Amino acid sequence: MLTMIGKRLMFAIPSLIGVVIVTFLLTRALPGDPAAYFAGPAATKEAVEQIRKKLGLDKPLIEQFFRYTNDLAHGDFGNSLTTGQPVAAEIRNRLPASAELTLLGLIVSIVIAIPLGVLAATRPGSWVDHLCRVTTTAGVSLPVFFTGLVLVYVFYFRLGWSPAPLGRLDVFYSAPPTITGFYLIDTLIARDFEAFRSACSQLILPATTLAIFSLAPIARMTRASMLAVLSSEFVRTARASGLSPATVIVTYAFRNAMLPVITTLSMVFSFLLGANVLVEKVFAWPGIGSYAVEALISSDFAPVQGFVLTMAVMYVLLNLVIDILYGVIDPRVRLEG
Amino acid sequence: MKRRDFLKSVSGLAAGAALPAMPSVISSAQADARSETLLIVSEGGPNNLDIHGVGTNVPGYEVSWNCYDRLISHEMKTGPGGVPYYDRDKFKGELAEDFKIDDMSVTFKLKKNAKFHDGAPVTAKDVKWSLDRAVSVGGFPTFQMSAGSLTKPEQFVVIDDYTVRIDFLKKDKLTIPDLAVIVPCIVNSELVKKNASEKDPWGLEYTKQQTAGSGAYKVTKWTAGTEVVMERNDDWVGGPLPKIKRVIWRMVPQAGNRRALLERGDADISYELPFKDFQEMKASGKLNVVSLPFSNGIQYIGMNVTKPPFDNPKVRQAVAYAIPYQKIMDAVMFGLANPMFGAAKDKPTEVAWPQPHKYNTDMDKAKALLAEAGYPNGFETTISFDLNFAGVNEPLCVLVQESLAQIGIKTTINKVPGANWRTELNKKEMPLFTNVFSGWLDYPEYFFYWCYHGNNSVFNTMSYKSAEMDKLIDGARTAAATGDTATYDTDVKGFVDLAYSDIPRIPLYQPFVNVAMQKNISGYQYWFHRRLDYRAMAKG
Repeated sequence: MLTMIGKRLMFAIPSLIGVVIVTFLLTRALPGDPAAYFAGPAATKEAVEQIRKKLGLDKPLIEQFFRYTNDLAHGDFGNSLTTGQPVAAEIRNRLPASAELTLLGLIVSIVIAIPLGVLAATRPGSWVDHLCRVTTTAGVSLPVFFTGLVLVYVFYFRLGWSPAPLGRLDVFYSAPPTITGFYLIDTLIARDFEAFRSACSQLILPATTLAIFSLAPIARMTRASMLAVLSSEFVRTARASGLSPATVIVTYAFRNAMLPVITTLSMVFSFLLGANVLVEKVFAWPGIGSYAVEALISSDFAPVQGFVLTMAVMYVLLNLVIDILYGVIDPRVRLEG
Repeated sequence: MKRRDFLKSVSGLAAGAALPAMPSVISSAQADARSETLLIVSEGGPNNLDIHGVGTNVPGYEVSWNCYDRLISHEMKTGPGGVPYYDRDKFKGELAEDFKIDDMSVTFKLKKNAKFHDGAPVTAKDVKWSLDRAVSVGGFPTFQMSAGSLTKPEQFVVIDDYTVRIDFLKKDKLTIPDLAVIVPCIVNSELVKKNASEKDPWGLEYTKQQTAGSGAYKVTKWTAGTEVVMERNDDWVGGPLPKIKRVIWRMVPQAGNRRALLERGDADISYELPFKDFQEMKASGKLNVVSLPFSNGIQYIGMNVTKPPFDNPKVRQAVAYAIPYQKIMDAVMFGLANPMFGAAKDKPTEVAWPQPHKYNTDMDKAKALLAEAGYPNGFETTISFDLNFAGVNEPLCVLVQESLAQIGIKTTINKVPGANWRTELNKKEMPLFTNVFSGWLDYPEYFFYWCYHGNNSVFNTMSYKSAEMDKLIDGARTAAATGDTATYDTDVKGFVDLAYSDIPRIPLYQPFVNVAMQKNISGYQYWFHRRLDYRAMAKG
C-alpha cells in the first residue's frame, strides 16, 4: 500500500511542474497591463513605468519565472495586488470556506443520489426510475448560478425561510476561533450553538444548489452500474441460494457496483470545485473561487497562479484518495499495486 | 417577523441536531447592536486602507474619508431635492481650529485636543509629514496634490507645535479646494515611522492594513473582498460625535441579491445597482432612493481626431446628429441622468459646466454632413467600451451602432476588459468609444484642462489639440487665480463654444449617483467623491 502511495506521489511531480510552467505563461499571456491598472486612472506614462518596476514586470520573462519558482520553493505565493494580502495566507483563509461548502454539497448529493440510483435500478421502469431520471436531468440542465438565484429568490426573498445570502455567518455573529476552518466544526468545539445554527442555515441554500447540480452523474452512474451488476451471474446465484433481497442488493451487488461510482465521485468533486466559483458569487461566499475570479478580472497574476496550483495539488490528492479507496473496495487492485 | 423566526428555527433544526433554544437576553442585546450599526452592501470593497498606497481603488477612498481627518473640509448646503450637498466654495476646519489665507501662503492653527486613534496628540509635525508623504509617494496622490500646485515638501512649514504654514508656488484657485479632497489626510507620523522600513520609508505597507489617523471611525476588522468593520472613535474632535457606532460593510457581488437584501430590510444602504432596479425601487416607494447628478461629470462619445475619418469636423458633427440621445436616456438610463443635448437654438452659452450642447437626433442633417465630408456611403469603424461598466455601456453602444448604421457608418462593437481599458485609453488608438469623466474639483477649467488641453493628458481621450483651445483654457486658469471675472467668463464661454463646434467628444448626459437606503436611515450627504460619509448618518 505504501509503495503504491509513494509511486502515485512520484507521478504527480511532473504534472505539478507542468502546472507551474503553464499557469505562469498563461497569466503572462492575459490581455491587460497590471501596471496601468494599478497606476490608477490619472497616471502619467512615467507613473506606469514606476509601478511596472516596483512590480518587477520590467524584467525578462525567464528571470521573472525563476524568481517566481524560487519564491514558491520558500512557500511564498507572492502578494495579491487587488486585495493587498499575501496569496498564501488568503488561500489558507479561504480554502476551508470553499471546502466546507463543496464537501457538504457533495455529501447531500450522495445521500440523495445513491439511494435514488439503487432504487431506480432495482425497479427499472417504475415511478422511482422516472422520478430519478426527471430530477437529475432537470438538476444538471440548470446552470448553478441560476439555481442559486432561484433558491435565493424563493427561500430568502419570497418566503423568508432562509437567512440573508451574506456569506458564512449572520453579520452580527462573530466567527469562531479557527481550529479546522470549518465553521460547523469550529462552532461546536467552541460550544457556540447559536453560531453553529447560523452557520448551518447559511450553508443550506448554497450546498443545496451544488447538490442539485451534481445529482445527475452520481444517480445515473449508480443506476447503470447497479443494473449491470444485478444481471450478473453471481447475483443470480446469490438469489438462487435463497439470500434475502436486502443482503443480495446491499452486500453483494452494491459493493461491486461501487467502483465506477467512486470514479464518478472524484470527477463530480472536481467539477463542483469549478461550479463553486459561481455559487460563491451568488451567495457572497468568501471562498477561493470568487477570489480567483476577481483576480483574473484585474490581471492580478499571483492569486491566479496560487489558485491553479492549489487546485492542481487538490486534484492530485483527490486522485490518490480515490486510488486508495479502490484498494479498500476491490482486493484485486491491492494485489496489482 | 414572527413567522420568519419560527421557520428559521425549524429549518435550523431540520438541518442539524436538536439545539438549545436561543437565550432571549442575547437577542435583545443584538437588537440594540443592530440599531446602532449601519450595514452597507456593495459590489466591490477596498484593496488598501490608505489613499496614499499604490493603486488604492475607489472603495478605499471611502475608508480614508471616514477614518482620517484633513486640515479643512467643505461646509454643507442644500442641494437638488433637498439633499445636503457639499458647498464648493465654503470651507470649515476639521483638524484646523482656524486658518488664514494670505497672498502667497495659508496658515493653519490646529485643534489642541485632537488625538490619533492610539491617543497620541495631532501636532504640526504630523501634518507636515503627511503632506510631505502625499507629494512624495508618487502615483495618484502626488498627481492629485499637483492639481492644486502642491508639489514640494518645502511648501509645508512647521511654525510651532500647533501651527503650520503652506506656501504657494504660484497663485492657483485650486490650492485651497485641493487641501479639502481625500488625499491630504493627516497620518499618525510617529506610529507609521515606527513601522516603516528602509525599503518603504513612508510605511505604506503598514497603513495598507490598518488605519493610523484621527478620524471619526477606525477599521477594526478587514477581510479583503469580504467585509470591512469600522468602529466609532469616541474622542473625535473634527465635528459633532457621529450617531452610528459601528459600520459593517459587506461585499455582495450579485446585484439582484443586494436588492433583495434591501427590500427585505436586512441591509441598510447599497449603491452600484442597475438603473432599472433603482427606478423600480423609486417607483415602489418602500425605500429611500437618492439620485443626484455627478458633479463635473459627463458620459460621452469620443472620437480620435488624429486619424481619418474623424479628423474631419464635418464627420464628427454628422455623428453628433446621428446619436439617439433620447433613446439612450430612456432605455439605458431609465431617466436617471441629466440630458446634455438638445439645448434651444437661441440659448446663450453659460459660464458653467456641464451644460447641454445644441445637437439633436436629426438623420437628414447627419446624412447631408457626411456627404459633404466626402463619405456619402459612410465607412466602417469600431466602437469600444469598458466592460467594467457593461450595464450602461453595452446597450448604449448597441443603440449608437444601430443609429449610425442608418447613415451608412458600419460599426463593430469592441468590448474591452476592465483591466485593459486604461491601457487602451493610454494608447489613444481607439477610433470611437464611450467613457465617463468626472472631476473632484468642480470647476469648468479643471475639466477642460484634463479633457481638452493640448498637453494631451490621459483623459484627453480624443488626442484633441487646438492652439485656440489651449489659449482659452490657460487664460481661464490665470484669470481664476487673479480674480479677473470678466476675462474668466469670456474664456469659459469661449472654450465651451469651441468644444461644441469642433465636437471631438459628444456629451450624452450627466450621470446620477444613486444610493438606496432604508426609510429609517437619515443624514445622507452628497460629496464630490460620491462615496458615503458615515459621520452625518443616523438610524431610526
